[in-house]
Amino acid sequence: MASEEEEMLRAMGLESIEDLFADIPAEVRTEGLDIPKGMGEQDVVRHVTSVLRTNRSAETMPTFLGAGLYDHFVPASVRAITSRSEFYTSYTPYQAEVSQGLLQTLWEYQSIICELTGMDAANTSMYDGSTALGEAALMAHRINGKREIVIPRALHWDRLAVLRSYIAGPGLVLREYGYNRRTGTADIASLRAAVGPDTAAVYVESPNLFGRFEENLAEIRQIAPTLLVVGATPLALAVTKPPGEFGADIVVGEGQPLGTALNFGGPLIGIFACREEHLRKMPGRVIGITRDAKGHRAFCMTLQTREQHIRRERAMSNICTNETLMAVASAAYAAVLGANGLRSVALDNIRRAKRLAERIDHVMGFEAPVFAGAHFNEFVVRSKTPYSKVARKLLKAGVHGGLPLAAHFPELGETALFATTEVHTDQEYDRLVAGLEAGR
Amino acid sequence: MSYRQAYYDEPLLFEKKGNAVEPADLSDVPQSLRRESLALPNLAEHEVVRHYTRLSQMNFGIDTGFYPLGSCTMKFNPKFTEELARLPEVARVHPDQDPSTVQGALRILYELQELLAKISGMDAVTLQPAAGAQGELLGLLLARAYHQDHGDGRRNEVILPDTAHGTNFASAGMLGFHVKELPSADGRVDLSALKRAVNEKTLALMLTNPNTLGIFEDRVVEIAQICHEAGALLYYDGANFNAILGKTSPGKMGFDITHFNTHKTFTTPHGGGGPGAGPVGVKKLLEPYLPVPAVTFDGTRYALGWDRPKSIGKVRAWLGNFALLVRAYAYILGQGSDGLTGITERAVLNANYLRSRLQDHLPVPFSGLRKHEFVASGAPLKAKGVRTVDIAKRLIDHGFHPPTVYFPHLVDEALMIEPTETETRETLDAFAEALIRITREDPAVLKSAPHNAAVGRVDEVRAAREPILSWRMLKDSAAR
Repeated sequence: MASEEEEMLRAMGLESIEDLFADIPAEVRTEGLDIPKGMGEQDVVRHVTSVLRTNRSAETMPTFLGAGLYDHFVPASVRAITSRSEFYTSYTPYQAEVSQGLLQTLWEYQSIICELTGMDAANTSMYDGSTALGEAALMAHRINGKREIVIPRALHWDRLAVLRSYIAGPGLVLREYGYNRRTGTADIASLRAAVGPDTAAVYVESPNLFGRFEENLAEIRQIAPTLLVVGATPLALAVTKPPGEFGADIVVGEGQPLGTALNFGGPLIGIFACREEHLRKMPGRVIGITRDAKGHRAFCMTLQTREQHIRRERAMSNICTNETLMAVASAAYAAVLGANGLRSVALDNIRRAKRLAERIDHVMGFEAPVFAGAHFNEFVVRSKTPYSKVARKLLKAGVHGGLPLAAHFPELGETALFATTEVHTDQEYDRLVAGLEAGR
Repeated sequence: MSYRQAYYDEPLLFEKKGNAVEPADLSDVPQSLRRESLALPNLAEHEVVRHYTRLSQMNFGIDTGFYPLGSCTMKFNPKFTEELARLPEVARVHPDQDPSTVQGALRILYELQELLAKISGMDAVTLQPAAGAQGELLGLLLARAYHQDHGDGRRNEVILPDTAHGTNFASAGMLGFHVKELPSADGRVDLSALKRAVNEKTLALMLTNPNTLGIFEDRVVEIAQICHEAGALLYYDGANFNAILGKTSPGKMGFDITHFNTHKTFTTPHGGGGPGAGPVGVKKLLEPYLPVPAVTFDGTRYALGWDRPKSIGKVRAWLGNFALLVRAYAYILGQGSDGLTGITERAVLNANYLRSRLQDHLPVPFSGLRKHEFVASGAPLKAKGVRTVDIAKRLIDHGFHPPTVYFPHLVDEALMIEPTETETRETLDAFAEALIRITREDPAVLKSAPHNAAVGRVDEVRAAREPILSWRMLKDSAAR
């Protein structure tokens, strides 16, 4: 009996599969692939699992790393929702009629981001916090045609590198302002000196790289001559005033803390929101509300004329595939926790940072926090001995310490950024402190 | 097949009543920043799960049915890779951990780089880009860095065939390059137009092969020669890689840079529009410019290398969409050389078979073989007042996701169909029969389709006229 493939070939009047590749010239033909032969599912799972098991996860090794990504507790319901295959095996919802579920979910995500940030409109995601910042710089330039982006010295080096790549096209220029050596927040005099007639936007983060809340947003708004872009952490916004209330024009941020796992750094999700007046200059996919033919409320992708498939080289951005499933996770996380839960987790993360800093400060040879004032999730620790030595001792004790800062902020001496979240137990704090005592 | 999608009159999260607001002690929040309220509902967990379960049932995925979106490669997403990506050794690992604690992750990245290099015939691979379009952005940054490094910084033109994906244009535009669009001849690059277009200002030509018509650019060697002789680089848009695995490769065809879409060729789930991953492969001459850090292996230990003085820097934070890369790695190991080659063979067989079933009913412009997809035209139905959008919406009533429509622009009333290798002949036949039936149906039925989806035809014009993108804007609009 002929196989299905043979029957299909015969139906087309072809003899063999090779006939289907007759259009590929011999000079570029390859004969198969120089990689191993396939394996059964069981063998692949065994192999990949055994390779992965050589990673140390936060499950077995308490980790005090943060710097933009945090190991938060994510309720199982969030994963159950993102595991609905109707969501995760679907494509971009171009066909609105069969995609109402995802469209409504994404519209709700946009609404949650707007509520947190105090903005009118949000897109369904950028790749991560760093590309959201890059896109915000380009958008500011589109809005006012000016060429300088004023950024803090206290900025994560990856964000800075990505920003540089994104502004390479129009050749925008970065101007830097410093941080106050006592508080770790924006140095106002230095910010005043950095702005000028060609300032396209001032960028400020709260909480910033050092975990410090920016308490002078109202003053910074006054100083910023044009657009104000605020980098925010969505969880912190549950208990802090939305940047919109301070007159921010664009709010960006890393949305990972809202229901997405660490994933060794990806996938993440870039938050991007703006005021209504800037809407048509915004990059990325957005979902709007409308009616169907019968007059029922319905949702669909909208303002697509800003996007690559319509506007081509004049599009607001080249983004197509984004981080939609992480937006679903964010919406589900916010919905499962609710306002009460989000606020309680946010407050817990402020208090834990404070308590852990106090404990570390009590260990001889360490000073924490280096900067005065309230922190979210993380804070800078100064060490008398070289931090690399401390880090090694901690690893030996089965604890992963904070992120060394000296290479990027030599002016701070031997420092590291330590982060904590609600996942840490008292025993894990004890292990960290014991490790520091041994490592000093 | 008869099909009826679920419909719930599901309220918005914000319309649900929920529990009372609990007081919060904000004394630890700096005074100038204290937020007194947050307008999100407080719902019972099971209410939230029901909300999203109902919404999910109003959504069509690959697990629901046939999804022949051209250029999107919507094939079955294996379930075992989902389980692997959920392991704590993926989910709860921080990218800044000491390399000694993430040897497994680095090994997977390193080995995936090697596998992708071999599959594409390239010399070096970076896994950093988050998606295909970001791969394009990176590819063009690499091309720019290469030319600048060779004292050729004035090159600022990118040549694109008129069949190219929209992202190619947008990636070039984003970097401030001038786009030169090449007209096609017989569904392929017009070589004489190409010769006229290239000059000392050409940065790169970006080409998809097979192109978006599903046609293999059989004069690709000459194309490469024309570009290289003018000093330009050649970029391979990997969106259609599913059509050539084991049969040819970008490296063999003479390309200098390529991206991969793991969410297409290596079937990591599309997630409703993302996340994906867009690794980039390059020939030796471009390796010095790749992003940092490099994932390296000295025979014993895996590590991150920052010593790339000519690197373009970074296009995103950390190392890439790792959880997707793990899935792609597992998929490639599972398929192996034999499986991947077989995938291309079946994908191409399916596309040509489906085209042969349809071409007497809907014209498929341009003769010759197709690779993984083909583009039919709904133009003959225009006389009846039926447009391609109506055909697409009517397919939904038969339980099929519509193909990509109105792209590429070269074909009037385009229906771009990519069946992929994971469909059986039975499904292809059922789809062909449904489409043929639709071409004969009463136009009124088509114009008012879909009839069996959760909602009727959605008014997209209205959504754009008064954009309401959030609960906040909805309330403002109701108040006006």
